[in-house]
Amino acid sequence: MTRIYKHRLFWPLVALAALLLACTIKRPDILGITVLDGHLFGAPIDILRNSAPLLLVSLGMTLVIATRGIDLSVGATVAIAGAVALTFIASSDHPASVGTALGAIIVALGLCFILGCFNGMLVANFGIQPIIATLILMTAGRGVAMLITNGQITTVASAPFSTLASGFLLGLPVAAIIAYGVYLVVALLVRRTALGMLLEAVGINPEASRLAGVKSKTLVFTVYALCALLSGLAGLIFAANTMAADANNAGLFIELDAILAVVIGGTSLAGGKFNLSGTLVGVLIITTLSLTVTVLGISPLVTSLFKAIVVIAVTLMMSTRLRTMLAGLRERRRFQEVSA
Amino acid sequence: MIASEPQQRPSTADAPEPQATHPVVQMTGISVEFPGVKALDNVDFRLFPGEIHALMGENGAGKSTLIKALTGVNSLSGGSITVNGTSTRFNGPADAREHGISTVYQEVNLCTNLTVAENIMLGNEPRRFGGLDWRSMRRQATVFLKRMGLNIDPGSSLGSHSLAVQQLVAISRAMVVDAKVLILDEPTSSLDTDEVQQLFTVMRQLRQDGVAILFVSHFLDQIYAVSDRITILRNGKLVQERFTRELPQRELVSLMIAGTSDAQVGQAVARNTKEARAENAQPLLQAVGLGRKGAVQPFNLDLYAGEVIGMAGLLGSGRTELARLLYGADKADEGIIQLGGAKTKLRTPRQALGHKIAYTSEDRKGEGVVGDLSVAENIILGLQAARGWTRPLPATKASQIVDAYIKALGVRPANPNALLKNLSGGNQQKVLLARWLATAPKLLILDEPTRGIDIGAKTEIMNLVSELAEQGMSVVFISAELEEVLRLSDRIVVMRDHAKVAELPRTPDVDVPRLIEIIATGEETK
Repeated sequence: MTRIYKHRLFWPLVALAALLLACTIKRPDILGITVLDGHLFGAPIDILRNSAPLLLVSLGMTLVIATRGIDLSVGATVAIAGAVALTFIASSDHPASVGTALGAIIVALGLCFILGCFNGMLVANFGIQPIIATLILMTAGRGVAMLITNGQITTVASAPFSTLASGFLLGLPVAAIIAYGVYLVVALLVRRTALGMLLEAVGINPEASRLAGVKSKTLVFTVYALCALLSGLAGLIFAANTMAADANNAGLFIELDAILAVVIGGTSLAGGKFNLSGTLVGVLIITTLSLTVTVLGISPLVTSLFKAIVVIAVTLMMSTRLRTMLAGLRERRRFQEVSA
Repeated sequence: MIASEPQQRPSTADAPEPQATHPVVQMTGISVEFPGVKALDNVDFRLFPGEIHALMGENGAGKSTLIKALTGVNSLSGGSITVNGTSTRFNGPADAREHGISTVYQEVNLCTNLTVAENIMLGNEPRRFGGLDWRSMRRQATVFLKRMGLNIDPGSSLGSHSLAVQQLVAISRAMVVDAKVLILDEPTSSLDTDEVQQLFTVMRQLRQDGVAILFVSHFLDQIYAVSDRITILRNGKLVQERFTRELPQRELVSLMIAGTSDAQVGQAVARNTKEARAENAQPLLQAVGLGRKGAVQPFNLDLYAGEVIGMAGLLGSGRTELARLLYGADKADEGIIQLGGAKTKLRTPRQALGHKIAYTSEDRKGEGVVGDLSVAENIILGLQAARGWTRPLPATKASQIVDAYIKALGVRPANPNALLKNLSGGNQQKVLLARWLATAPKLLILDEPTRGIDIGAKTEIMNLVSELAEQGMSVVFISAELEEVLRLSDRIVVMRDHAKVAELPRTPDVDVPRLIEIIATGEETK
C-alpha cells in the first residue's frame, strides 16, 4: 500500500479520478460511450480528442525540459502551422482535393521544422538561454502568422483537411489516433533507443556528458526541432477543427498548459530525469478540467480560479519538500515526546 | 581494540580527556540509513572546544555522513546529538550555522557568478536603510580575507579565481558567523603547500580562540601536523578515538584499512620501468607544437603504447589544460596531433572518443559524475555515446559489462541501480574509471584520479594503472602528489607556468627533491 502511495504518479492519478468522479456525481451517465454510425461518442472520447493538440505539444516540451531547456514558442508555432496550411489551401485551385490537403500539411510541417531548427541553433550552437531564445519566436511568430494570413481570419472549406480534427477511423477520432499514435512512437523511440538516457545525462550534467562523448549540441538541437514539429502537428489539428486560421488566438497560452502538464507529470523544470507517462496524465488532467468546469456549471468568471486550485493541490501533494516537511514535523513531535 | 569483534562496541570512555571537560558536541549511538545502505551504525563522536579533531576513514567509512548527520542534512534513524549540553537536532546546514556550527564541504559550494564579498557575506549582509550596505559589505569581507592572508579584490567575481582561492573564500565565509564549531571536510585537497600552511595558521589561531575544529583530510602528514585527536571510522562503524601524539602513523593506517597487514599499507606496487622500447616503435600519439592561448604554451609530446607518462606541476601550472588539449575538451589554437603517424583533428571529446582516447577530469563532481543517473547508466554512458543514440547497448550486454566492472574495481555498494550521487567520492571515481575502461581506450588520460579519496582506493587505482600499462595501454597520469607520479611513471613531464619545462625518463636518480627543484625553478641544477 505504501508503495502505491509513494509512486510519483499516485497524486496526479488521484486528481484525475477525482475530477471524473465530480463529473459523474453531477451527471451519472457522463462516462458512458455510445455508438453512432459506427463512431464512438461520449465524454471520454471527447477528452481523448480534445487532448490531442496539448498532448503533442507537451510531448515535445517534456523532451526540451529534460535538457534543462524550455520552449515558449510552441503557441506561436501552432498559429503559424494553421496559418500556412489554410492559406495554402485557400490559394490553391482545388481547395477540396486530397492532394492540396497533403500539400498544405507538408508545407506547414516543413516550415515548423525549420523554425524549430532556428530555436535549436540559438540554444545549442549560440548558447543563448532557452527562455530568451524561444521568446524571440514566441513574440515574432504570431507576427509571422499575421503576415501569412494578411491579418485576416482565413476561412476555407476542405473536407480532406478537416478530417484531421473531425474525422473518424475505426470508430475513433482521427485527431486522437494521430496524437496518441505519435505519443506511442516517440515514447518507444525514447526508451527503446538510448535517446532517453542521453537526454537525461545532458540535462543532469551537460559538461560531464560532453566530456563523456555525448553529442549534446546535436541532441539539444534535435529536441527543439522535434518540439516545433510536434507543435506544428498540433496546429494543424487546431486549424482543422475550426477551419479558420486565427493568428492571434490559435494555440494561445498552450505553452503554459504544456509546461503545466509536464510539471504535473513529475518532470522537474531543472531538467534531467523525465517522465512521459506523467506528461500524459498531466495532459488528461488539464483537458478533463475543462470538461469538469462545464459539467459542474462553474461560472466562466471563476473557471481560471478553479483550475488554479486543482493545479496547486496536485503540485503541492507531489512536492517532495512538503512531504519531507510533514515527515519532519512527525519526527519532531516524536522526538519531543521522547525527550520530554 | 580492533573492530574484528563487531558485537562489542568500541567505547570512548577509556580515551584520555582533553583539557576542556565538557564537549561542545556529543553524538551518541548515531545511525543513518539510505535505501539499501547502512551508512552509519551506532557511532559515538565528541568534539571539545579548543581542539582540532581529525575524522579518518576510507571511502564509504561514513565521514561525510557523520558530518551531514550533525548538520541535519541527513536525518537520523537512531541516536542523539547534544550541543552545549542541550539535546538538539538541526534542520540543515543553515540552521546549524545559526547555532554556531559552520561547515566547509569537500567540493566548493559557492556561487561563482557572485563577487567574493557577496559570497563571504551571503546570509549575513550588512544592511542600511532597508537595502544592502555594499561598502560595508566589502569592508567586512576584506577583514575576513585578510585573516586568511588573502589579498584579492572583494569586488571581483568568484569564478575568476582558482579553485584554491575559492576554497579559502569558502572558509572565510564559514568564519563570518561567530562559529563555535568549524567543520572542514577536505579543505586541503585543492590547495598547494603554501596555502595549506596558511590554512593551518588560521586553524591554530581559531583553536586558541576556543573554536572546536572538525578536520577531514586524506593527507596523513597534514593530520599529524595539525590535529590533537583522531576518530577513526570504518564501514560506518566507530573504530577508535585516540590522541594524535599517541597514535603512530602506521597504526592509524592499519586501523583505517581492515584486513591489510602492516607491510602492505600505503605501498602501492612501484612499477618497474618498461624495458627500453623498440628502436623503431611508432608513437601512439604525437603532439607537435600544440598550444592554446592563455592555457598552454606550444609543446611537443610523444605517447607510446604501454607507457605511463606522469605529469608533475603545481596547481594551475597548465597540466590540466595540456590534458584537455589531448582529449579535444578544449580546442587548440596551434599545432597538430598525429595519431599513429596520421594527422588527426581532435576538436571535440566525441572525436577523441572515436579515436579510443579517454579522459577523466580532475573536477569529478562538475565534469564527471552524472549524479541522478544510476551506477549502471554512468558506466555505459561513454560506450553508449560512442555508439550514438540509435544503437542502444543490448540490455544483457550492458549488465554484463556493468557487473564485470563493479566487481573488478570493487565499487561499493555493488548495486548497479544505486544513484551515483549517493556513492562516496572514491566509489564515484571508480565508476568513472569503469565508464572509460568500458570504451576500451588505447590512451587513458587521468587528471588527478586520486584526489580526495582514501589510501586504500588510491592504492587500488594506482595498481590498476600499472596493470593497464602492462596490457599495452598508454596512460597519462596527472597528480599533485609527486610520490605517486614517481612510483608509476616511465617518463615524467614537468609543467610550470603554463609551459612544459622538462621531460625526463624515470631513472633511479630522479627523486622528489629533483622534481621540486624543476617545478620551482623551471630548470635542472646540473
